Amino acid sequence: MNLVHADPKTVLTGAHFMDGNHAACEGAIAAGANFAAGYPITPSTEIVERFAARAPLVGATFLQMEDELASSIAILGAAWGGAKSFTVTSGPGFSLMMEHIGFAAMTETPSVFVDVQRGGPSTGLPTLPAQADMMQARWGSHGDYEIIALSPSSPQECFDVMIDAFNFAERYRNPVFVMMDESVGHMTEKVVIPSADRVLLVPRRYTCLPPSEYLPFKPSPDGIPEMARMGQGYHFHVTGLTHDASGYPAINAQTQQELLSRLVGKIRNDADKIARAEERQIEDARIVLVAYGITARVALRAVQLAREERIPAGLLRPIVVWPFPEKRIRELAGQAKAFIVVEMNQGQIVHEVERGVAGRARTVLVPHAGGAVHRPEAILEVIREVAQWA
Amino acid sequence: MGMTTAVNPVEPLLRSERMPHLWCPGCGIGTTVNCFARALERSKLPLDKVAVVSGIGCTGRVAGYINLDSFHTTHGRAIPFATGLKLANPDLTVAVYSGDGDLISIGGNHFIHAARRNVDIKVICVNNFIYGMTGGQVAPTTPLGAVATTAPYGSFERPFNLPFLAESSGAVYVARWTAYHVQHIAHSMTEALRKKGFSFIEILAPCPTLYQRRNKLGDGLDTMRYYKERSVIKNGASTRDLDLDFQGEITVGKFVDVERPTLQETMDRLYRQRLEDRYFGWRQP
Ligand SMILES: Cc1ncc(C[n+]2csc(CCOP(=O)(O)OP(=O)(O)O)c2C)c(N)n1
Ligand code: SF4
Ligand SMILES: [Mg+2]
Repeated sequence: MNLVHADPKTVLTGAHFMDGNHAACEGAIAAGANFAAGYPITPSTEIVERFAARAPLVGATFLQMEDELASSIAILGAAWGGAKSFTVTSGPGFSLMMEHIGFAAMTETPSVFVDVQRGGPSTGLPTLPAQADMMQARWGSHGDYEIIALSPSSPQECFDVMIDAFNFAERYRNPVFVMMDESVGHMTEKVVIPSADRVLLVPRRYTCLPPSEYLPFKPSPDGIPEMARMGQGYHFHVTGLTHDASGYPAINAQTQQELLSRLVGKIRNDADKIARAEERQIEDARIVLVAYGITARVALRAVQLAREERIPAGLLRPIVVWPFPEKRIRELAGQAKAFIVVEMNQGQIVHEVERGVAGRARTVLVPHAGGAVHRPEAILEVIREVAQWA
Repeated sequence: MGMTTAVNPVEPLLRSERMPHLWCPGCGIGTTVNCFARALERSKLPLDKVAVVSGIGCTGRVAGYINLDSFHTTHGRAIPFATGLKLANPDLTVAVYSGDGDLISIGGNHFIHAARRNVDIKVICVNNFIYGMTGGQVAPTTPLGAVATTAPYGSFERPFNLPFLAESSGAVYVARWTAYHVQHIAHSMTEALRKKGFSFIEILAPCPTLYQRRNKLGDGLDTMRYYKERSVIKNGASTRDLDLDFQGEITVGKFVDVERPTLQETMDRLYRQRLEDRYFGWRQP
């Protein structure tokens, strides 16, 4: 895959102190995002506020739409128009976007959705964190489809994963999610933005075929079709209906089977290539903590406290949460006696861990209803208990 | 489009490999598509640079039959999709082609906001007074008293006056015709395609299968007769006076044709003023 450098005009190279929301915005701009649409919602709004200010300085467009239904499809129209586009929201807005996530998956539209998670359900805790939209990101739209979701645990990583998100979106022609949370969004830390020549970007996959030979949804050897530029005489058609390689509707079971297995397969078959995780003290760990986003930082503290007590605990922090790193869990289930899943919800990713472990070790959930992060001591308590029998 | 023949000059603008189309005999949608193809020709626009965006419904299937870059999006959201498309690719002429339920019920909020912003898109609304695709349910355009599957004793809601809604929301071009007025439709579509800003054309069209049949109004031809007998052309009429009653008189014509800076022009001017040479204008992708 040919990569290109970021545009130096857009990259704010240097060391900054900024919060995760601002860093995510700069990550998007460095990734070449030149279109964003959004509707204000706490705790995500700073991302679009910053983008609104930066857009006219970097050749980009921002439009505040009338609602999230509009912003989530305006970015898809912009993507087909040639832009790299994204939208930003939190729980209630994320719920409104669901139909267009399915539309993006079905039409293979490169797009990035940022959800700065807050406590729910409903209006919940507008100003306080949660991680309770993880399954919604995976399953929220109707029908079968696959997505990629990243979960940053620091402002620096908010910047970094935005670049990954845009690259995955282009590489797989798929909606990609950045699942932040209020804590990471509003925490200020040092963020180092590299020079433009160190930001490598996946360019859009445009066809070189002439219009007479081009089929808009004919997969390349890797299962992903090439796009055509608009306005160049390709006269292509895009529909959310089940369609064949020509792009036209084909309402029958066989086309559905072929399309669905390709849409799902292009992500599932590449899960290992997409996977990204951080492991801490995992080599000799008999107790593996699994945590992502802000919660992973608290869990790491608990691991350190446990190690001080000579309890062999370690941490697996998926940065790519979807597709879930099931294979790595399976491997670790050979060495670990127990998995402790720490998440700011009532149990979501824990089910994935249980599936990977498949009964070969115990899996324990340390839930939190949201509104505040876990206390490391509370996690340590659970580690101690588990250490009694692990 | 059943009328399309080998000698029809609009043929290259239609996707002949997609024929026969799915519309019922006597349906008015195909008639409007013929007018649109003719308008595309007459507009003298570079046709590769014209895109068609539809929502969902019988009218929503139009995008699939026009031989241009085309998008069949989600129910009600053709306008915000088109907004993103146009902003990202300002060289394109973007036409939104959809039904009354799609554009005005589920998509109503987007309709008024796009008009308010003066997004440079051309919105063509086929108003058959009903939800066709889903089998004839009541719509926000169904005339008072008309029967629909979900209004079996007649609709008890006041319908929208679409030209009034469009004008008061900010549209710079507003016209209404019926499927009988093919010359006028083609002329208005040509004007709209060439006009800058949010342009809106409402076309009353028969849905003989559902609306006309349930209301015992005969077939498509009977409806054409009704349109012919009861339509009155009043160009420049006040949009306030354009309410439609069940089988009553229909005021048609071009009602609004004004100049107002588009969203993109306003955005551009403001950035230029405030940022001066720091303004880094849109990079064409
Ligand atoms: C979100 C959503 N709700 C409902 C539907 C079902 N649906 C499909 S078309 C339609 C109404 C179409 O009516 P109109 O826009 O007037 O188009 P027509 O078929 O009359 O041309 C509805 C309700 C849908 N596709 N999506
Ligand atoms: S149901 Fe009505 S609107 Fe739909 S194709 Fe048939 S006649 Fe036309
Ligand atoms: Mg209708």
